[in-house]
Amino acid sequence: MTVRVELPQHLRTLAQVGREVQLDIPAPVTLRSVLDALEAAYPVLRGTIRDHVTQQRRAFLRFFACQEDLSHESPETPLPDAVVSGKEPLLIIGAIAGG
Amino acid sequence: MSKVRVLVGTRKGAFILTSDGKREKWDVTGPHFAGWEMYHLKGSPADPNRIYASQTSGWFGQVIQRSNDGGKTWESPGGGMPDPAAGGWPPKPSNKFVYDTSAETGKPLTTHQWYDGTQHPWEFKRVWHLEPSLTDPDTVYAGVEDAAIFRSTDGGSSWHELPGLRGHGTGPKWQPGAGGMCLHTIILDPSNPKRMFIAISAAGAFRTDDGGKTWKPINQGLHSQYIPDPKAEIGHCVHHMAMNGKRPNVLFMQKHWDIMRSDDAGDSWKEVSGNVPTDFGFVIDVHAHEPDTIYVVPIKSDSEHFVPEGKLRVYRSRTGGNEWEPLTNGLPQKDCYVNVLRDAMAVDSLDKCGIYFGTTGGQVYASADAGDSWAPIVRDLPAVYSVEVQTIS
Repeated sequence: MTVRVELPQHLRTLAQVGREVQLDIPAPVTLRSVLDALEAAYPVLRGTIRDHVTQQRRAFLRFFACQEDLSHESPETPLPDAVVSGKEPLLIIGAIAGG
Repeated sequence: MSKVRVLVGTRKGAFILTSDGKREKWDVTGPHFAGWEMYHLKGSPADPNRIYASQTSGWFGQVIQRSNDGGKTWESPGGGMPDPAAGGWPPKPSNKFVYDTSAETGKPLTTHQWYDGTQHPWEFKRVWHLEPSLTDPDTVYAGVEDAAIFRSTDGGSSWHELPGLRGHGTGPKWQPGAGGMCLHTIILDPSNPKRMFIAISAAGAFRTDDGGKTWKPINQGLHSQYIPDPKAEIGHCVHHMAMNGKRPNVLFMQKHWDIMRSDDAGDSWKEVSGNVPTDFGFVIDVHAHEPDTIYVVPIKSDSEHFVPEGKLRVYRSRTGGNEWEPLTNGLPQKDCYVNVLRDAMAVDSLDKCGIYFGTTGGQVYASADAGDSWAPIVRDLPAVYSVEVQTIS
């Protein structure tokens, strides 16, 4: 499956990629398998989205897809079909306060 | 002709300022890593084209950057193309700073004292200071928050803690300063490759004489009225230390309060604050050729953290302390309310020693005559965190 992942600006610069990257990921497609594939393709992103040791999501980053907040889902939860099919991207977003 | 390269870390990126030996006209490049906090950049004394940089963010964590061409291009070492033999993973996680708790080499993580006096677990936050080896471009030390020292021997591709420091046994008494519990100063002794000095806010200064295996607190003579025992072995808020490599047993220290001097490699200290107008400051540095000429920038505290009386003054002592003269020529003497942070002063090693410092107002000032006169190289950078200088022949 080709999964689309949209990165926040600073991580695009760091990985030297555009707004969106595409990753080939075998089923089942989960948050963990997408992030594993992302970090394998762009090693400089290791530690920037998940903690190096605990693999916990960094506190100021959130995961969204299909208008749903997936930030607090288990890493093993299958992603929505629209993400798996490449119709919708998985969004990795830096939390930003308004004002 | 010699050239000078000034490496500037700011709150929103890094800048590189270059000039010839006259130090009159400057070229400015940057921002490098725009938008990221650049706590520190420093070049290798063994290979001036090798520069290390600490890039950090509250959102995205710690990234180590390395340049092999004097800052024109950068890479995150060890973060290149995936290695098929390693299952697609890079063989060396260059941005990974993990405290060593292994049974073979490490120390238990323990806890340190939190602001409220309770114990708090050690948590890695960022790299404050990078100190390249004096002889090997691929060896570099990192001082981190929460306080510990790491070493890389492969050009920043992988990092390993020297756990003897954190495991010294006094860790539960270490506490964060206002900026966090940071190891911010690393000084390598050019006459003794086994000897290093480090400083932590707020634990104090330590020395190793065996290449980092074991460490000794070197705080005798420090007096800090804000801790229960003002003369305690541990708990002093050391802001920065400096040494002239030609006289490595003499150290100078800007403490939270007081300017201090040691003539025995830190075994004992005496106060040399003399006539400086405040008892607080962050930076301290030593003239490249005159080991008794030292520089500080007095700051008003405890709460203001800007220069006193709206005047930006560097104070110079030519007597190794106690007697200080204000240096004001070319510096703003009214309505100035900036700070100069602990790693934001450096000296070059040209015949006429150049002095450089950066402010939280975004100015980087240079003096090509040992402080007699000053001029801004740049005026409007983001808040300056660090300034280092390379003298390139």
